[in-house]
Amino acid sequence: MTKTKEEKRDAIIAACCIGAFYVLILILEAVVPATHILFSILKKSAVYSLAAVSMNLLNGFTGLFSLGQAGFMLLGAYTYAILNMPTELKLGTSVYKYYECAIHFDMGFLPSLLLAGVIAAVFAALIGIPVLRLKSDYLAIATLGFAEIIRAVFQWEALGPVTNGANILSGFTDLNHIYIPFTKIAIPPTFFVMLLSGICIAIVLLLINSSFGRAFKAIRDDEIAAEAMGINLFKHKEMSFIISSFFAGISGALLAMYQFTVKAATFKTAMTYEILLIVVIGGIGSISGSCIGSFLFIACNEWWLRFLDESSNNIAGLNIFRSGFRKVVFSLIIMVIVLFFRKGLMGDKELTAKNVRQFIAGKKSEKKAKGGEKA
Amino acid sequence: MSLFQTWLPYLLAGISVGGQYALIAIGYTMVYGILRLINFAHGDVFMAAGLIMVYLSTALPLWIAIPLTLALTVALGFLIERAAYKPLRSAPRMSVMISAIGVSYLIQNCALYFTGGLAKVYPPIPWISDTVEVFGAITKRVTLITPILSLFLVVALVLFIKKTKVGIAMRAVARDFEASQLMGIKINSVISATFVIGSLLAGVGSLLYFSNYASVTPTSGGMPGLKCFVAAVFGGIGSIPGAVIGAFIIGICENVIKGLGWTTFSDAFTFALLIVILLVKPTGLFGEKSTDKV
Repeated sequence: MTKTKEEKRDAIIAACCIGAFYVLILILEAVVPATHILFSILKKSAVYSLAAVSMNLLNGFTGLFSLGQAGFMLLGAYTYAILNMPTELKLGTSVYKYYECAIHFDMGFLPSLLLAGVIAAVFAALIGIPVLRLKSDYLAIATLGFAEIIRAVFQWEALGPVTNGANILSGFTDLNHIYIPFTKIAIPPTFFVMLLSGICIAIVLLLINSSFGRAFKAIRDDEIAAEAMGINLFKHKEMSFIISSFFAGISGALLAMYQFTVKAATFKTAMTYEILLIVVIGGIGSISGSCIGSFLFIACNEWWLRFLDESSNNIAGLNIFRSGFRKVVFSLIIMVIVLFFRKGLMGDKELTAKNVRQFIAGKKSEKKAKGGEKA
Repeated sequence: MSLFQTWLPYLLAGISVGGQYALIAIGYTMVYGILRLINFAHGDVFMAAGLIMVYLSTALPLWIAIPLTLALTVALGFLIERAAYKPLRSAPRMSVMISAIGVSYLIQNCALYFTGGLAKVYPPIPWISDTVEVFGAITKRVTLITPILSLFLVVALVLFIKKTKVGIAMRAVARDFEASQLMGIKINSVISATFVIGSLLAGVGSLLYFSNYASVTPTSGGMPGLKCFVAAVFGGIGSIPGAVIGAFIIGICENVIKGLGWTTFSDAFTFALLIVILLVKPTGLFGEKSTDKV
């Protein structure tokens, strides 16, 4: 497949934009104080965009409505935390207060991160064999059930020597303690987490544009037709499920790094629902939509709508603005999107140089048409 | 005898919870039968009914508060259907399910806003909240009333569906959505009736459930909701007797597991059961074509 001149130019523009974006993040981190809320929003949305992209791979590209994301994130987070926590800390009493830790080794940051993904993927492979035979909403409820089972198992007392029961895990390498190899220079945390999730999302993007990705989309559009064209349904569904869970596991590990501690009780179905809503806001079937959606979701939820919670905004004794009001407004906005803008921000389109150009050209011609009407 | 004495409390609690689950599960199974939609918001309607009761009972005497709670719950169910599901009638099933999840998110956040995130103490209802002794096991009277009341309501509902015009319309719509529309059945009013009945039963269920558990939090609807859906699937989705039997089995098993000291797994067990039933017999216990799909 030879690329036309225009495609090449678009690729260069896209690469430059991404490069400029990362440079901007680096500059921001150097200029703005690290305690600014912007960074915690950016970090969290980087983690959630990877989770959302992994869910989108299943829901948007393969047409498998799975609600097990929180379970795989939990697996990833726990694997990372347990493997990466220094051995002295495991044997001490500050983290494992009620149990004697059964794991007497620790690993570097990268191997633990990779294994976090691998463990989640292995579990997905096992779960996928029975579950992927189910259709649409049965699949949704079965994967949701598996996520709940995983959560219960990780809180089980008998596994305490490994998982620390229902207590929190902490002390592993977090985002603020990542150094450039062989030096003592810390990598800016926001830049680092964005880079990692960016790499993972790029891998998913490459996969979607490969022949596997085309097979996934064929399954989504029509299972029977896809099978008739020689696509092995189970094999491809299982593969999509495993890959999605791998990245969900990694995003779980990143979430652990972001919030310094891990606790099984936080990986509830509500978390899966949040990720699903991010995917819907961004557009089911759009990778760049998921990234933008997760930023908007996190920023609205935790930052931009915060003024709604301030009781000082109340006028004339009305007690409307108080803690929690922002969430009500926010969920109303989400309902409006779900009901009236079902395609989300991006629909199933991607944010590419070509589409942006077409969009701008479309706007211009619209304006011209409107101008013509007026005249 | 001593074995009986140790297990009796768990069995009683199981039957009681089973009855409460049955009332909620009917809402799931009826909606699924007609719309093919897992109404994720149903568990939250159940929780909302609990909160409405808490707030109403502080201002009004109980004999007004209870009927008013039921009326408001019914109104809520009706409103949800009209606002969030009706506009999506021709949309793909996934969109409707996402809308249901959105509604669930909205109700939970509203509850969080009104309660400030605190657990609200459920008002004791005289007579049914009294403690009684059964074969040496001490329990609340609600435990004994629940199974009787649930079975009574279920029989009434089955009769309603078999005999009345609306019931017959419901069965027709469940069997074939489009054909019944062509036959002149007003689809929208039938669906609304389904939601009204489902919410009413969820309201009754919440009265019984929270009398037993004494406090309501914004998230206390989620888990019972999911379990009741599992009960509906277990019994064969679309079948009312199936949902009731499934609910009783899940309620009893859950409490027996708690009695064995495996409390952590009481929720997980429900989902394990779901996965087993989906793999072995996806139609559920009574999911054959011959049963009434409503």
